[in-house]
Amino acid sequence: MMKSDSKDEIAQVHEILTRTASSADLLLPTLLEVQRRLRHVPNAAIAVIAQHFNLTRADVYGVTTFYHDLHEAPLGRQLVQICQAEACQAVGCRALTTHAQQRLGVVIGTTAADASVTLEAAYCFGNCACGPTVRIGDHVYGRVTAERFDELIDAHGGAEPPA
Amino acid sequence: MTTPIYVPNDSGARSVGADAVATAIQTVIDQSGLDASIVRNGSRGAYALEPLVEIEAADGRIGFARVEPRHIATLFLGSQLPDRRHPLCIGRVDDVPFLKNQQRLTFARAGVIDPVDLDAYRANGGLEGLERARTLTPAQIVDEVRRSGLRGRGGAAFPAGIKWQTVLDTVAATKYVVCNADEGDSGTFADRLLIEADPYQLIEGMLIAALGTGASLGYVYLRSEYPHARDVLTQALSIARRAGLLGRDACGAGRSFDIELRMGAGAYVCGEETSLLESIEGKRALVRFKPPLPAISGLFGAPTLVNNVLTLAAATTVLAKGGDYYAGFGVGRSRGTMPFQLSGNISRGGIVELPFGASLRSLIEAFGGGSLSGRPLRAVQVGGPLGAYLPAALWDTPLDYEAFTDVAAMLGHGGIVAFDDTVDLGAQAEFAMQFCAQESCGKCTPCRIGSVRGVEVIQRIRRGEAGMANVALLEDLCETMEAGSLCALGGLTPMPVRSILRHFRSDLIHTERGR
Repeated sequence: MMKSDSKDEIAQVHEILTRTASSADLLLPTLLEVQRRLRHVPNAAIAVIAQHFNLTRADVYGVTTFYHDLHEAPLGRQLVQICQAEACQAVGCRALTTHAQQRLGVVIGTTAADASVTLEAAYCFGNCACGPTVRIGDHVYGRVTAERFDELIDAHGGAEPPA
Repeated sequence: MTTPIYVPNDSGARSVGADAVATAIQTVIDQSGLDASIVRNGSRGAYALEPLVEIEAADGRIGFARVEPRHIATLFLGSQLPDRRHPLCIGRVDDVPFLKNQQRLTFARAGVIDPVDLDAYRANGGLEGLERARTLTPAQIVDEVRRSGLRGRGGAAFPAGIKWQTVLDTVAATKYVVCNADEGDSGTFADRLLIEADPYQLIEGMLIAALGTGASLGYVYLRSEYPHARDVLTQALSIARRAGLLGRDACGAGRSFDIELRMGAGAYVCGEETSLLESIEGKRALVRFKPPLPAISGLFGAPTLVNNVLTLAAATTVLAKGGDYYAGFGVGRSRGTMPFQLSGNISRGGIVELPFGASLRSLIEAFGGGSLSGRPLRAVQVGGPLGAYLPAALWDTPLDYEAFTDVAAMLGHGGIVAFDDTVDLGAQAEFAMQFCAQESCGKCTPCRIGSVRGVEVIQRIRRGEAGMANVALLEDLCETMEAGSLCALGGLTPMPVRSILRHFRSDLIHTERGR
C-alpha cells in the first residue's frame, strides 16, 4: 500500500513539474504546490524536483527543511494553526492553546495518530486587532474563545478532504 | 435608485463573520425586494467595529457596528433600510472619532471602495501619481521621493530617496523592484490591510518605482499567512494586466513592466531584505553579507529596489501631490504619515494613520480606549517582536523614529501591542529569545547560538538560580548579539529583553521581587 501511495505521489509531482519552467525562482512555488497537494514534500520527490531544476538533491532538501510551511512528514487532513505571537498572547492565546490541545487530543506541533488533524503554532496572521486568531485550512478566525474554537472545529467536520 | 450596502471583504472582518453577514443581507434583498445591492469593500481598519455594515444615505455612509447574522432580521424590516435608531447604528462613519481624528494619506481609500474596482480606484484619486510620474524623468521622480523625506516603512527607516537613487545610478541591463510584503512582526497588519483594501495603490507605487529606477520586472513577496491578501492581489494584478496598466507598454515608449506574486513559506527572517531575495531565488533564506547592497547587486545579481508595501504605497502620494506636500507632515527627520497599528489588549484596535509626532499615550488612550479587559494597562510593545516593552512612564514619548531611539526603543513597522497588568514580562523576555531561536536563519553564530543560550539563561534567572551572575551573563550575551549579528533579527532580539531588564526588572528577577 505504501508503495502505490508513493508511486501516485511521484506521478503528481511529475504532473506539477510538466507545467513548471525550470528557472530557480520557481523552486519554492513548486515545493509549496507539492506540499499543498500531498500535505508534505516526500523524500522520493526531492530527486525528481532536483533534476527538473538542475540542482543537487542536497539543495532541494535544504530548501525543504528551511521553511516552516514545508514538511517532511505528512500533515493531518486538517491543519489547525493558533497564533502564538505577542498580540494574541495579550488576549489569551496561551489559555486557548491549552484548550485546543485538550479538545483535539494533540500536543501543539504534532499530528494526531489517526492523521485527522495537525495542530501547529503560527506567528501572526495580521489579525492582531481581532485576536486570539486561529487558522483552519485557508480560513482565518478572530476573537476565538474556547467555546468558539469548539464550534469551529465542529463546523469544519474534524477533517477536510485532501485537495 | 439602488442603495449600496457595504460589507467588508477583509480578512479581519471575515475572521469575525463578515461573510455570513453579507449572505444574510443578500437573502433579505432577494426575499423582500429591497432596492439595494451589496458592495464588498475593504476594511477601514477600525476593527472594534467589525463586521461594520455601511449603508449609503444622502448625508454620507451610515454605519452599523459588530453586526451578526442574527441582527439582520431587525436591521432590515421588510423592504425598509435600517433605522438610524437601531441599537447597532453608529451614525455617519466619517464622524466616528477613531476615523475622523486620523490623517489618512495612504489609507484614504481603505474601506471606502471595492478593492478590485479599478474605476473606483481611479475615481478616488488613484493613478494620479503614476500619471504625473510619466511626465517626469527618472531623476525627477527620485528627486520627489528624496524631497518627501520618506523613509522605509518596513522598520529600518532608511531614506527611500537614497535607495531609489542608488538603483537608478547603477547601470545594468536588468533591474528589479521587489515589494517586501512579508509582514511578519506580531502586531502589524498595515501591509495586509492595504493589499486587501487598496491593492492598486501598491501596483501604482511599484510602477512609479519602475519608472524612477529603470526596472523592468517586479516581485511581490507575500507571506503565506495572508491567504486572502494573496487572492485579492492576484485578482488586482490580472485586472491591471487586462487594463494595460501592467505588461508590454506599461512604462511607455515600449518599455514593459510586470509584477509577479511570490508566496513565502512561513519564515519570519524573509522580512529581512537579503533573506527575502534568497527566498525568491529559490534558496534557503540565509541572510547575505552587505555589501554589496541589494540596490547594486540584489535579485539574481541585478540592481534591486527592495521596499516595504507602505513605502511603495506612499510613493503614489508623493508623486501625486509632490514631495514637499508629503514632507509637510511629521516632525524632525520623520516626515509624512505613519499607519500605526493598535492591537493586543486594547478596546479599539486597528489602523491609525497619523503624522509622526503624536504621543504613544494618545494612541493607546484616545484612539485605543484603554485595555480590552478593563484592567489597567501595564506595558506596550512597540515595533514588533524585536521592539521594546515600554512602561507608562514612557508613553508620552512622541511617535517619531529618533525619539524612540532615544529611549532605547524603535518604531519599526508601527505595531503597538498593549498588555494589561496580568502580563508576566519575565515570560515575554523568554519568548523574545525563543522566537529568535525558532526563526534564526542560522548563518551567524550570535543569533543562532545566542538565542538558544538566551532562552536557557532567562529560564535560569526566572527560576531564581544564581540570579545576579546570570543577569550579568544575559547582559553580556545581549551585547554580543547586538554587536555581532548579521541582521536585525539577532541584532534586535536583545531590545525587548533589555527593555524588560530596565523597566520591568522584578518580573524577571524573582529574588528582587518585592512589589
